[in-house]
Amino acid sequence: MNRSFLARNPSVMWFIAILGLFTLLVTVFSEATGTGLISTSFVKTLGKTLCLCLIAIAMDVVWGYCGILSLGHFAFFGIGGYAIGMWLMYARTETIVANSLAAQAIPPTPAELSDAVASQIFGVVGASEFPAIWMFAHSLPLQLLMVVLVPGLLALVFGWLAFRSRVTGVYLSILTQAMTLALSLYLFQNDSGLRGNNGLSGLQNIPGFEETPQAMISMAFFWASALALALGYVLFAWVVSGKMGSVIRAIRDDEARVRFLGYHVESYKLFVFTLTAIVAGIAGALYYPQAGIINPAEIAPIASIYLAVWVAIGGRGRLYGAVLGTVFVTLASSWFTGGSAPDINLGVYTIKWTDWWLVLLGLSFVAVTLLAPQGLGGLVDKLKGKKA
Amino acid sequence: MSTLLEMSGVSVTFDGFKAINNLSFQIGEPEMRAIIGPNGAGKTTFMDIVTGKTKPDEGRVTWGDNNISLLGLSESQIAREGVGRKFQKPTVFEAQTVRENLAMALKNPRGPFDVLFYKKTKRGAERIEALAEQIGLSDSLTRPAGELSHGQKQWLEIGMLLAQEPRLLLVDEPAAGMTPAEREKTTEMLVEAAKTRAVVVVEHDMEFVRRLNCKVTVLNEGSVLAEGSIDHVTKDPQVIDVYLGR
Ligand SMILES: Nc1ncnc2c1ncn2[C@@H]1O[C@H](COP(=O)(O)OP(=O)(O)O)[C@@H](O)[C@H]1O
Ligand SMILES: [Mg+2]
Repeated sequence: MNRSFLARNPSVMWFIAILGLFTLLVTVFSEATGTGLISTSFVKTLGKTLCLCLIAIAMDVVWGYCGILSLGHFAFFGIGGYAIGMWLMYARTETIVANSLAAQAIPPTPAELSDAVASQIFGVVGASEFPAIWMFAHSLPLQLLMVVLVPGLLALVFGWLAFRSRVTGVYLSILTQAMTLALSLYLFQNDSGLRGNNGLSGLQNIPGFEETPQAMISMAFFWASALALALGYVLFAWVVSGKMGSVIRAIRDDEARVRFLGYHVESYKLFVFTLTAIVAGIAGALYYPQAGIINPAEIAPIASIYLAVWVAIGGRGRLYGAVLGTVFVTLASSWFTGGSAPDINLGVYTIKWTDWWLVLLGLSFVAVTLLAPQGLGGLVDKLKGKKA
Repeated sequence: MSTLLEMSGVSVTFDGFKAINNLSFQIGEPEMRAIIGPNGAGKTTFMDIVTGKTKPDEGRVTWGDNNISLLGLSESQIAREGVGRKFQKPTVFEAQTVRENLAMALKNPRGPFDVLFYKKTKRGAERIEALAEQIGLSDSLTRPAGELSHGQKQWLEIGMLLAQEPRLLLVDEPAAGMTPAEREKTTEMLVEAAKTRAVVVVEHDMEFVRRLNCKVTVLNEGSVLAEGSIDHVTKDPQVIDVYLGR
């Protein structure tokens, strides 16, 4: 990643510049660090949107560039969220429990403390002991490692099995849906060790920063999300720009031909699938502390389908397209479902957007796929073409 | 001239239909060989077997100086062993430039991390220029391959094959859909390539085969019907019967 890489890819410079400007504006107008024009809850919404943009560019690389229509990448996003959520919940509960036990005459032993923390966390699912998967929950560095390791390993094993058997196209998409569905159903169970449908909550409270106002914490997460998006963008732009990009686009267009050139196609798919899964995990780990709660519904199959819709509407095969699509669709979604969109009275029937938004989104998806496969990114290309 | 590829007693059955029937075949290095035969004779299937796309039900396919078996290798391994293949339909990556197509084919380490950290070299660039010159596409290096004419795509594909520096080149019906001038140029390229390696050309067009001026193998119903010079096989009554006589 040298200077010539950025020089050869002016769109990366543009993206970083726009993202930087946006971050500056939000900082200047936030409650914590600026005039207060932008509410803390809106800063969180913006920060979460940046995380969604990050998983969207990962999706664009795996689907738009490599041609693997994964409908399971939100599983990796969710796993990243759970991994960081475990530490957040553990550390915070431990502080609370330790404080309340400190009032007792005899200080608690470590075992007593651990038991008390466990019954506090798992009381809702009728358990009082830490399941094995919480082994590292006490350690932030270890859980951070899990954020990348668990999605990475899952993607590696799943991808190896699927690609090795040459499962492609719609069958692969169905398989990835099955993966995310299975994971979500498993997590819904009370004895999954991750609190069943209650999920993990209170994630907006960061242990060690109890005195820091939420406005400031939100701002910090917003900055972290912007930085992660910028780094992710540069990373993926680098991956898809050189010879690697050439080979993975070739795999998308005609994988059999790539094999006869001597490339082991499965390794390339596995590389792309795993790398994007890891980035999805990181995006999730930044998203859920801003959302405050994660539960198994987050990784329902529909979430990964939405992801594909964002990328399709934004325009596959161009990274900024994925960002455009995500921002556009999530903004439109909150406008239509938030009650801001005026109902349309047709006399006999009133179109309520809260009910009809999904229909509209579905129709847009079909329309873009059939009529404008370049999506919103195609508009940018047109503008660029005019200038040139 | 030593034997490079040897196939013996190979059979392939598709849903009960014997597409290749006890086929034996040998080619040396360097050598030019033409394979002719009626539609459905098994010419493409023969290439599928050599390149690892189709696994035969029985028989042996051995390769190289150490007589290793190609049957246990995957398509990409066989390609890395030095077998290059040109398909019946021109298959180049239309969304990418001529230069990108050639760069991908250039003989270099093929692992994902080799490719990820690949640095463009002066030698590689020169090699691409030379190949482009050879296939008459020097002025089109920055054009998307999809913009090329049918004949140019065929040449680009031949250029990609040469870039791989294979020891054996399998070429499926290169002259199909070409103008006479394009055919002539294609013949030149193949004859040139066969000076240093083994080249197998499958072709329908008799004039084209005659101009290759090489040993001819006639396939019919999945096995060898006749083998020899073009004049020899075209006089063979069996060959006239199944193929030329129609
Ligand atoms: N994958 C396949 N499945 C079933 N039949 C096949 C397959 N490939 C080839 N065949 C059959 O095998 C025979 C030989 O085909 P092919 O090798 O393509 O002939 P040629 O290239 O000589 O015209 C044909 O009858 C064809 O229909
Ligand atoms: Mg054929």
